[in-house]
Amino acid sequence: MAAMTTGAKARWTLLDIIVVIYALVPVLWIVSLSFKTPATLTDGNFIPREWTLQNYADIFSTTTFLRALGNSIGIALISTLIAVVLGTMAAYAIARLEFPGKRALVGVSLLIAMFPQVSLVSPLFEMERSLGLFDTWPGLILPYITFALPLAIYTLSAFFREIPWELEKAAKMDGATPAQAFRRVIAPLAAPGVFTTAILVFIFCWNDFLFAISLTSTEASRTVPAALSFFTGSSQFEDPTGTISAAAVVITIPIIVFVLFFQRRIVAGLTSGAVKG
Amino acid sequence: MAEIVLDKVSKQYPDGALAVSDVDLTIADGEFIILVGPSGCGKSTTLNMIAGLEDITSGELRIDGERVNERAPKDRDIAMVFQSYALYPHMTVRENMAFPLRLAKVDDKTVRAKVDEAARILDLTQHLDRRPSNLSGGQRQRVAMGRAIVRDPKAFLMDEPLSNLDAKLRVQMRTSVAKIQKKLGTTTVYVTHDQTEAMTLGDRVVVMRGGLVQQIGSPQFLYEQPVNLFVAGFIGSPSMNFVPARLENSSVSSPLGNFPLTDRIRTLLEDADAPREVIMGLRPEHFEDATLLDDTAMSGGATFESTVDVLESMGSDKFAYFTLEGEMATSAELEELAADAGASDLSADGTQIITRLSASSQAKEGHPARIWFDTDKIHLFDPHNGRNFTYAD
Ligand SMILES: Nc1ncnc2c1ncn2[C@@H]1O[C@H](COP(=O)(O)OP(=O)(O)OP(=O)(O)O)[C@@H](O)[C@H]1O
Ligand SMILES: [Mg+2]
Repeated sequence: MAAMTTGAKARWTLLDIIVVIYALVPVLWIVSLSFKTPATLTDGNFIPREWTLQNYADIFSTTTFLRALGNSIGIALISTLIAVVLGTMAAYAIARLEFPGKRALVGVSLLIAMFPQVSLVSPLFEMERSLGLFDTWPGLILPYITFALPLAIYTLSAFFREIPWELEKAAKMDGATPAQAFRRVIAPLAAPGVFTTAILVFIFCWNDFLFAISLTSTEASRTVPAALSFFTGSSQFEDPTGTISAAAVVITIPIIVFVLFFQRRIVAGLTSGAVKG
Repeated sequence: MAEIVLDKVSKQYPDGALAVSDVDLTIADGEFIILVGPSGCGKSTTLNMIAGLEDITSGELRIDGERVNERAPKDRDIAMVFQSYALYPHMTVRENMAFPLRLAKVDDKTVRAKVDEAARILDLTQHLDRRPSNLSGGQRQRVAMGRAIVRDPKAFLMDEPLSNLDAKLRVQMRTSVAKIQKKLGTTTVYVTHDQTEAMTLGDRVVVMRGGLVQQIGSPQFLYEQPVNLFVAGFIGSPSMNFVPARLENSSVSSPLGNFPLTDRIRTLLEDADAPREVIMGLRPEHFEDATLLDDTAMSGGATFESTVDVLESMGSDKFAYFTLEGEMATSAELEELAADAGASDLSADGTQIITRLSASSQAKEGHPARIWFDTDKIHLFDPHNGRNFTYAD
């Protein structure tokens, strides 16, 4: 690396900048829109000529957005927690145990992940209606877990396979019960995998629009992505773009916090030094 | 400390493979016992059954007279050192060594004292707060040992604990393992592939082949009185030389020449009812450069003459390699031994012989040399089942 020439360095820097700009321009555009007044909304300037916080004031002045934010946070956190706990146990069993039907289990769970969700929306709608789950938190949490689990199992079992089995045997020899071996040796080592999975699952639940729009009807369980689509301006003739942008900026914040919080725990190469070679 | 008894212990894996069959072994309290054998002969399986990491298919395992077949590893009070060390990477050296004590709910003060003591014995004191990933191979190995000794278990099990170290470190650690075991007096079962470890460490050596115990005895006894061709070829480095031989009345004809049997061997052969075609074995150190010997010394043996292929001078002595005309000795045991040694002895045009000569020998590479050998030290084996006719216990 030290041998990299100035020319190569410059080329890499340029490339990095291009990629970052490509990725960030839409985000920055939304941020810019959220600070514009309705009059200047469509002027096409990247930097607003008239700054305003009115859009933010608007979304927080009604309960619609706040309720949706609360629903989003609650539903995403609960779904993530359950999916990760179940996924951890399932992945551990898949990585460590030989049991009949193991391949079938992994295959079916992958199949669920591949299933087009849109084709399930109508049957789910009917089922939830008759079960009384429609427009409730569990009504969203359940399908989220279903679709997040295969993802969780798949990523986690890859992590578990990385952990040398001998560590578990060593723990047993040192006097640990299977539960103790899991809690004190395997779980700490699998932590990076668990956190990675938690981030992925959380993002999946947080961003879902399809189930959120089809399985809810009121503020009782409508999450932010769905609620956004119901935004209107203060009058029928006013463009809600400004408020939608402000809401979009706000809902990005929890995800950034969530990722930053867990990212610090993902220490790469934690298992190095366990076994030689 | 404990006596460990394996009573007709067998292991059949779920896929049907019979890894260990009918092992009978009594390990005395405080004894250091070595399991050796070629790869796949069931050493690790035997060790894991003692540990409780593998179920015992049939037979009984007793520790201090109590049947422990059904006990979980944690209830057997046995410590194990793994070939890969299996250190917990998320814990410091101190935490690694303290782990068994913590699980046993020992109080903090005792844990500290015991870990410090173990660290002192193993020379790890200045590394106690480091993580395994920052340690050298030898240090990791010592941490693994430390984790085993802190809790004063009934027995130590070690599965090739030194095989990941480089040669020099292995010699050092071998001596420390021996010292620590002597000092603690803990019953130890030690699996190894290494000739030197097998010969120097243990009180007794168990040679295994294909899941069966071949012979159990002190290293010296196994070396001098191997019960069969397999043990003879496995124990000793460089290993015993084997040549096909023919018994005629009371003499032997072999690629090493014809010579009369000594009285001792003749009596043993008569008792054993040996066939005419046999395999003769002779260790490298029972050869000598004939020019260095006087007549009285020569009288106890025979000589042959051949061209030195390769001569290796070790300083203290010289190894001379010869290729003898004629057929090679063949048997299932010899093939297995060759496979295990990784030796593709495909110099098919004769039998390779390794001899150890005095340092003062004048033998030269590419020149003929006259070599004497001690005819009373030969072993004669049955080529079909490998039995040693000259075995006398
Ligand atoms: N989990 C398993 N399932 C089926 N067969 C096994 C299993 N473990 C080991 N075996 C078989 O049992 C036999 C003995 O294996 P073991 O590991 O005890 O050999 P070893 O003597 O320790 O060899 P090495 O020196 O290579 O470590 C081998 O033939 C092996 O293929
Ligand atoms: Mg082994």
